[in-house]
Amino acid sequence: MLTGIRAFFSERGVLEVETPYLSAAATPDPALLSFTTRYTGPLFPQGQTLYLHTSPEFPMKRLLAAGSGSIYQICKVFRDGEAGRTHNPEFTLLEWYRTGLDAAQLMAEVESLVRQMLDEHVTLAASEKLTYREAFQRHANLDPHTATAEDFAQAARAHEIHAPPAMLTHHDVAIWRDLLLTHLIEPRLGQGRLTFLYDYPASQASLARVRPGTPPLAERFELYLNGTELANGFHELADASEQRTRFERQLHARSTEHLPSVPLDENLLAALASGLPDCSGVALGFDRLTMLAAGAKSLGEVIAFPLDRA
Amino acid sequence: MATYSTNDFKAGLKVMIDNSPGAVVENEFVKPGKGQAFNRVKIRNLKTGRIIERTFKSGDTLEAADVVDVEMQFLYNDGEFFHFMNPVTYEQFGADKTAVGDTAKWLKEQDVCIITLWNGIPLSVEPPHTVILKIVETDPGLKGDTSGGGGKPATLETGAVVRVPLFIQNGELIKCNTRTGEYISRA
Repeated sequence: MLTGIRAFFSERGVLEVETPYLSAAATPDPALLSFTTRYTGPLFPQGQTLYLHTSPEFPMKRLLAAGSGSIYQICKVFRDGEAGRTHNPEFTLLEWYRTGLDAAQLMAEVESLVRQMLDEHVTLAASEKLTYREAFQRHANLDPHTATAEDFAQAARAHEIHAPPAMLTHHDVAIWRDLLLTHLIEPRLGQGRLTFLYDYPASQASLARVRPGTPPLAERFELYLNGTELANGFHELADASEQRTRFERQLHARSTEHLPSVPLDENLLAALASGLPDCSGVALGFDRLTMLAAGAKSLGEVIAFPLDRA
Repeated sequence: MATYSTNDFKAGLKVMIDNSPGAVVENEFVKPGKGQAFNRVKIRNLKTGRIIERTFKSGDTLEAADVVDVEMQFLYNDGEFFHFMNPVTYEQFGADKTAVGDTAKWLKEQDVCIITLWNGIPLSVEPPHTVILKIVETDPGLKGDTSGGGGKPATLETGAVVRVPLFIQNGELIKCNTRTGEYISRA
């Protein structure tokens, strides 16, 4: 499979790169918890806290800003707090960036790569593309952009989803979207086919560009197969000051959730300020891809030594 | 009171849910790529036996339920309560009909059962895997019959009815599987 991936990118003239696993900065995204470790020695005689990357996104964007052109990387990434049927705290990501491609063009490339990888193992029906709104309308019968917390709560009740009691009393729709997405919609996505979900609410833009409009939409997409999320992609945000604002908002969210603060990646912000070429990027969970290719139900079946045996 | 977080949840963990004691059956971690992590948890209500599904935000907590399984000897049934004794402490417990349920038909004095206690009160009773009981009523046996063939119903001293081979006679002791309710052998 790895050979197939490397051949796929070699044919398209995409360069394989390596970036550091350890960094003095970390992602401030409150949904991603970085492992920390400590380095002591030349350069930092008093010791320095280092973070294991949760994805190679930041240094890869620095390469793009430095003029690398299209690049890809296959590497281990690390996320604290995540273990379960489709999660392991260390896992393999395939991440790639294509200069000059928008989200729709990159989705087409993701589709051809995944089809090629699964070709001998799984029979796939024609792929489908659903906007975030269409998916919610189809499976939850509501418009995720205009629905209120009460609308979401009602839809959850109608489908016998027992939300955490604390959620019933506050009105943050973002968490309600996540609840219905994970409990109701995701399990129904990509049944025997590749389903792309795209045009996310702007509040879930993460590192994607936001297209102005009513409502404004994030140029972000995710790929599902048999209810499993396989990839997440963005038409990459290139505006350094917008990126800094989002980082600061995330740092603020971390402090209200009593999560540890982290140093921002000033190198990334400087690279964006110097100019990131127009590009789209996507990260694909390699272990999940092998799980689906093998017809397995959990990552534990395809990872030699998952967390409980590591 | 002790509490458990979703990170502690695993099959068998005893927690309080809807003011009743429950046992975790399954705990699935779900998380969108960039968003809130949840735990979808299946919990068996130990009073009703029903399985309910609940969702928690990862990191949420539930109160621990003081539930323990203890091996105890069955003493006697006084018509209202089934009395059991802890053979180590000699402490005695009375289990009502709800707690004993269907198990009653297998209970013979001095057999060792597993009693599930919640706050010191019997919640359920699990009979021994196999029991040896006397047949009190069955049709007369047929000479020359082997264990093959249809069989016939036999009522046991504790009230249970099991199918036995035709050669088994009234008054004999037989070994039964309490999980399947089936005859195993002569004892």
